[in-house]
Amino acid sequence: MSVDMRTFLAHVELANPITTAAGCAASGRELAQFFDLHRLGALTTRSITMAPRAGRPTPRMAETPSGLLNAVGLQGPGIDAFLERELPWLAQRGIKTIVSIGGGTVAEYSELARRLADAPGVTALEVNLSCPNMEDRGRVFAREGSAAAEVIASVRSIMRYDVPVVAKLAPDVADIVSVARACVDAGADALSMINNPLGMAIDTEALRPSLAAVTGGLSGPAILPLAVRCVWQVHAALPGVPLIGIGGVMSGRDAFQLVLAGACVVGVGTALFHDPYACLRIERELEDLLRARGFQRLADAVGLAHRPPGSAPRHLLVDSEESTP
Amino acid sequence: MAGTPVQVTGTVLTTRRVDAYHALTVVAPGIAERYRPGHFVSVAVGGAYTSMVTRRALSIHDVKADYGGTVELVFTASGPGTSWLAERRARDTLDLVGPLGRPFPLPRDPAHCVLVGSEYGSAVLFPLADALLARGCRVDFVLGGAGAERVFGAMRARRIAETTTLTTEDGSLGLRGKVTDALPSVIADTRADAVYACAPMETLRAVTAVGMEFDIPVQVAVEESMACGIGVCMTCVLPVIGDDGVTRMVRACAEGPVFRGERVRFEDVGTIPFDALGAPGGGARHVS
Ligand SMILES: Cc1cc2nc3c(=O)[nH]c(=O)nc-3n(C[C@H](O)[C@H](O)[C@H](O)COP(=O)(O)OP(=O)(O)OC[C@H]3O[C@@H](n4cnc5c(N)ncnc54)[C@H](O)[C@@H]3O)c2cc1C
Ligand SMILES: Cc1cc2nc3c(=O)[nH]c(=O)nc-3n(C[C@H](O)[C@H](O)[C@H](O)COP(=O)(O)O)c2cc1C
Ligand code: FES
Repeated sequence: MSVDMRTFLAHVELANPITTAAGCAASGRELAQFFDLHRLGALTTRSITMAPRAGRPTPRMAETPSGLLNAVGLQGPGIDAFLERELPWLAQRGIKTIVSIGGGTVAEYSELARRLADAPGVTALEVNLSCPNMEDRGRVFAREGSAAAEVIASVRSIMRYDVPVVAKLAPDVADIVSVARACVDAGADALSMINNPLGMAIDTEALRPSLAAVTGGLSGPAILPLAVRCVWQVHAALPGVPLIGIGGVMSGRDAFQLVLAGACVVGVGTALFHDPYACLRIERELEDLLRARGFQRLADAVGLAHRPPGSAPRHLLVDSEESTP
Repeated sequence: MAGTPVQVTGTVLTTRRVDAYHALTVVAPGIAERYRPGHFVSVAVGGAYTSMVTRRALSIHDVKADYGGTVELVFTASGPGTSWLAERRARDTLDLVGPLGRPFPLPRDPAHCVLVGSEYGSAVLFPLADALLARGCRVDFVLGGAGAERVFGAMRARRIAETTTLTTEDGSLGLRGKVTDALPSVIADTRADAVYACAPMETLRAVTAVGMEFDIPVQVAVEESMACGIGVCMTCVLPVIGDDGVTRMVRACAEGPVFRGERVRFEDVGTIPFDALGAPGGGARHVS
């Protein structure tokens, strides 16, 4: 018996819940050397910016216990090159594409949305709110409910209504639920979390910070518990909002944790660096875990861990009712 | 399909010590048959429940058709990942992705080529030498290291090359000094048409300078910290001047690791040159 792995990101149906995490699969071509991208629920692009960006100096990476620090600085070719070369490549192949955008001002996000509004092949728009706000002394949008909401409201008003707008949240905040609520109130159709928490490593040979940028974003298994906590808290507060759970997913079991916490889509980032086939493997493992526990549909597992202690999972109740003579 | 990378679980066939280095021969059929000189592989380290989330990039030293296709890797145990690799024994399995990167371009017509390698960087030059010899090229080696035990491949170089010049910084083997001290006279004596080099960035910069003095092309294989090795993470970049004269931060793993030496802005490695495409000063805003 196969498990129905279809899922909905707002009103958009995905064939399965696994997507790449922004910035961890470039724009798809490299992974396409390894497998057919149609096997992904969706591909999330790196965050596209208005102008081309050269990013941060190297070294840009440092391995940490069960994690990775990165300071890439949104290197990319800018929206023009993206619309000319990268998006058409994905669109022609019919690959479900979540386009991630990043900017330093509300106007920049709006302009990006405007450029993407009529572009064919945008399945959903993910707004990377972990960029410093140029108009507010470099304070990160995602750390300020009102700043995040302003971006989302503006992007939502520009994007077509059949394209869900997803707000991507950062875990480095005192109260993620309030930021999540602000984004939903501003029109976000779904939420994505978590982006990289900030970390740092020091090279004990050079006696200097390991990254040229000094601090960087932490990813990998080290942040899985942080992601599970954020998804849990936001799902508890806003149970109707579709969530993309991201952070440290290396296996189907990790993905399953995020699903049980409330995610209906799961993003895979750092695992791709270790294993280019990670998304396919994780999808298969997740399906196996669901099947082994008697689930017929992925949807029945979303947020299931929130049920009160002692109560039986609903999908099993249905089964036992059916089997009563 | 030459070049298209694959992931394979290979079995370790043999492990050896070669001077100061470890050498592993791994059965990796899919990789061996796609391989060109200059390619590298990335190796998962630490086992199934490891805390090491990134692979280790290692050049392919040799491929052989035996046992359905083997690759040989040569490395120094420098940190936790390579130390784990050094402990592998025959019949252990290793998870490899490869072949990765752009290989060395070969001259169309028979040419005189000088191959310059420092420490384990020399390893990648031997299959290149074989390919050049097969095309009727003349091959001369300049190999160096800190001390005698760190000069890799001297014997094999002597066997296959027209001349082999060895240098050590402590004078324990060959000439005292660096490969770049010996290079000008080797180029002059052999009337070289091209230079190929694999060594630390500083040495590649000096080799390129020598090549430019003699007005001959230099192909360098660079080493940058890599998180993915397949071109998706953007951690391995360095400033390289394109055909259009524009400097871009390009990926060492996907656009490299082999570049034309004169195109690499060695003095700016580790920075974002102000005139690079998308540099903070160059019109684009510097966020995140
Ligand atoms: C294209 C290429 C080919 C290489 N070929 C060889 C080879 O043939 N023989 C050999 O001994 N070494 C080679 N290296 C260097 C080798 O990758 C590093 O020595 C090794 O990754 C260090 O891992 P570690 O766990 O021992 O050290 P750690 O410092 O613990 O490594 C931590 C992380 O940093 C990365 N890293 C650290 N040092 C380097 C480095 N110098 N280059 C790239 N990434 C690094 C590691 O891959 C890992 O992800 C090559 C590097 C590249 C980029
Ligand atoms: C190298 C790298 C680049 C990233 N670039 C982006 C980006 O452009 N936009 C974004 O929203 N998140 C970016 N992220 C964050 C990831 O999308 C993801 O939220 C985070 O890494 C946690 O997931 P993981 O542990 O599976 O990697 C990046 C992460 C890494 C490691
Ligand atoms: S190592 Fe990831 S892009 Fe080069």
